[in-house]
Amino acid sequence: MFYREAGQFKTSYVADSQIFPIRQDRIAVCSVLVVAFGVLPWIASEYWLTAILVPFLVFSLAALGLNLLTGYAGQLSLGTAAFMAVGAYASYNFQLRIDGMPILASFALGGASAALVGIAFGLPSLRIKGFYLAVATLAAQFFVLWALTKFPWLSNNSSSGVITAQKISVFGVDVDTPVRKYLFVLGVVTLMALVAKNLVRSHIGRAWMAVRDMDVAAEVIGIPLMRVKLLAFAVSSFYCGVAGALYAYCYLGSVEPDGFSLDLSFRILFMIIIGGVGSILGSFLGAAFILLLPILLDSTLPAIATFLHLPFTNATVSHIQLMVFGGLIVFFLIAEPHGLARLWQIAKEKLRIWPFPH
Amino acid sequence: MNTKQLTASLGLALALGTGATSPAFAQSNEQFIALADYRVGPYGANGQSFYGGFIDYLQYVNLKNGGVNGVKLTWEECETEYNNAKGVECYERLKGKNPTTKGTAYHVMATGISYALIDKTATDQVPLVMMGYGRTDAVDGTVFPWAFPLVTTYQMQASAIIKFLADKNGGQLNGKKIVFLYHDSAYGKEPIVAMQAESKIHKFNLIEIPVAHPGNEQGAQWLRIRQENPDYVVFWGWGVMNQTALKAAQKVGYPREKIVGSWWAGSEEDTIPAGPAAKGYMSATWNVAGKQVPLIADIEKVVYGAGKGNMQDPSKVGSVLYNRGVSAAVATVEALNTAQNKFGKGKVSTPVQVRWALENLNIDAARLKALGATGLLPDIKTSCEDHEGSGKVRIQQWDGTKWVMASDWIEGNRRLIHPLFEASAKQYAKEKGITPACFKG
Repeated sequence: MFYREAGQFKTSYVADSQIFPIRQDRIAVCSVLVVAFGVLPWIASEYWLTAILVPFLVFSLAALGLNLLTGYAGQLSLGTAAFMAVGAYASYNFQLRIDGMPILASFALGGASAALVGIAFGLPSLRIKGFYLAVATLAAQFFVLWALTKFPWLSNNSSSGVITAQKISVFGVDVDTPVRKYLFVLGVVTLMALVAKNLVRSHIGRAWMAVRDMDVAAEVIGIPLMRVKLLAFAVSSFYCGVAGALYAYCYLGSVEPDGFSLDLSFRILFMIIIGGVGSILGSFLGAAFILLLPILLDSTLPAIATFLHLPFTNATVSHIQLMVFGGLIVFFLIAEPHGLARLWQIAKEKLRIWPFPH
Repeated sequence: MNTKQLTASLGLALALGTGATSPAFAQSNEQFIALADYRVGPYGANGQSFYGGFIDYLQYVNLKNGGVNGVKLTWEECETEYNNAKGVECYERLKGKNPTTKGTAYHVMATGISYALIDKTATDQVPLVMMGYGRTDAVDGTVFPWAFPLVTTYQMQASAIIKFLADKNGGQLNGKKIVFLYHDSAYGKEPIVAMQAESKIHKFNLIEIPVAHPGNEQGAQWLRIRQENPDYVVFWGWGVMNQTALKAAQKVGYPREKIVGSWWAGSEEDTIPAGPAAKGYMSATWNVAGKQVPLIADIEKVVYGAGKGNMQDPSKVGSVLYNRGVSAAVATVEALNTAQNKFGKGKVSTPVQVRWALENLNIDAARLKALGATGLLPDIKTSCEDHEGSGKVRIQQWDGTKWVMASDWIEGNRRLIHPLFEASAKQYAKEKGITPACFKG
């Protein structure tokens, strides 16, 4: 009913190959974009913009990067936070060392540096896979953090290894207010999500999925395994690198190597598992779930506690929050192992035949 | 169905989140203090004592004096779990809770979070207080008008420890061998510049040995120390690393009387788990442990007597970290007092006024005596060029059951260390395009 496709005829190849072939989807995506670009900056409070929406977008981008690698190309990785760190530190150095470097170029070069590191640590994927590969990418996690503390040049000889992001301006506009930062991050993320969506529909994405599903079969039909796998590592690390740069420049403002710990890699991995492995939308849903739920619990639990006259301390709230959070993750994965994106897909299918389910 | 639930819960999240950020009704005569603190996570035990002491003192001021000149203190906590991203979220959340005070002054007790907040607090014009930690070059208030590494910094502490060791050796360390054993992180690395500068002046042989986080394996490091057989070990440890070091020192037979720790390596949380291995171990501190300080005894009587104590484990009242929390709260309340003296008594102070007060803080011996806090913390006198205001530490020694004082207040070599801060602050100013100047609000 709501998703009735009857009457939507595709009469040309162009119409058949557009990103969102169903009209309802196009309307939905456009309205989300209109709200995100046109409405939210006006109505959202500073807290929402700086503490919720910006980190949500940044982590969505990082999750998207990991999803391209793990969800589409089937290469398990635990080095996401390390690639983010490379992006952040490289952008900082390009901005610092080269006079008049445009910030967007810095970000792109930061992403490119992350891509190079990604390729280096992706090399073992040619020989090993699955859990073994995950452990190999763990090396990236340790190596990058070690290198960042070992070589003070990378943090401009700061005695503590911490870098503070420079002021940024894009085409002459200073990105300094919460609204501008949000719009800047949103612009970058939208663009890169669009590219990712197209990438996975193209021959590259299909090659990735072939490798993921069965690499021997993929090789037999003529897919060059080495190139495809390394490309997946490069693209994924590029996305993570840009996310790291945005994280440093538009959210925290200053980062230290310890901030990109294994813990962060795990969080991003949880995002794609909860959101949906092998789905662009899933990256966004997962990031929202992992980021927003704790904040939601944080703001509702004390109120519930007062209402029920329970003697909750702040620490108890935190512990309960962890328990509820963990419980919900387990519940979600049992109820729908393919993540939130799959739930949305099921919902769409149900809406299509509503009100006459079979 | 699941999707509907999801949409519903997301809608709820949106509604509640928006509600949470709408400013709470600002009471006309309440000073709202934001506490972005931690009681869970890797350093939760430390946070519980520190913030327990902090809140107990605020409660004490309310119960005993009815607030600061009649302005009642209120506060709200937000759990950061010692995590930078969460710390920023908490800061943004608490900042909007009260439009007048914006949270008064932030004590986050985490170097990483304070680094992330330095720019934000400067833009929002809210004071950030980093007592005994943080971005230490913020001592230079001409570049960092909104950040206050009050009392003392890692570099001044390292310098004071060297002074203490020199005094033990008749004023010189010529030809001695000192190992600097440190946590391989921002925290552990910050004092290295000071140690190197001191080694040049005192002509001692400095050996730097890093320990990887979290530091529960130090066999190799202590083997090396045994081989080198240094005259002293200056120890910059953290969390689980501290007790491990003491046990490892015992194992290789290195005398604990020759180890001097930093102030984050000198609390009951470090020595008690190490058992007999800790006996004789020394550490620096900028606040005295124990209940012999009249203020601490009075807090116990007034606050815990009224059943309003914040510590779940009241036996920790009077521990090093508890007293440190009280000291931090004393500094905040004294800043409010100073602000009210200048801008009108009985009025709620704005962050701009609190900032002025923190820059013109003068907690002298007489004031400490009036507070009953003689000996709890050193006297503090700040200015625009000196946001540290003291630079003094004491050395304490663990006698097997409690900390006893092994020295009087020692001031680090200011003429050696402060130029290092200025140089570092200048570099920051250049990177950020700041023209150093005293703030005029």
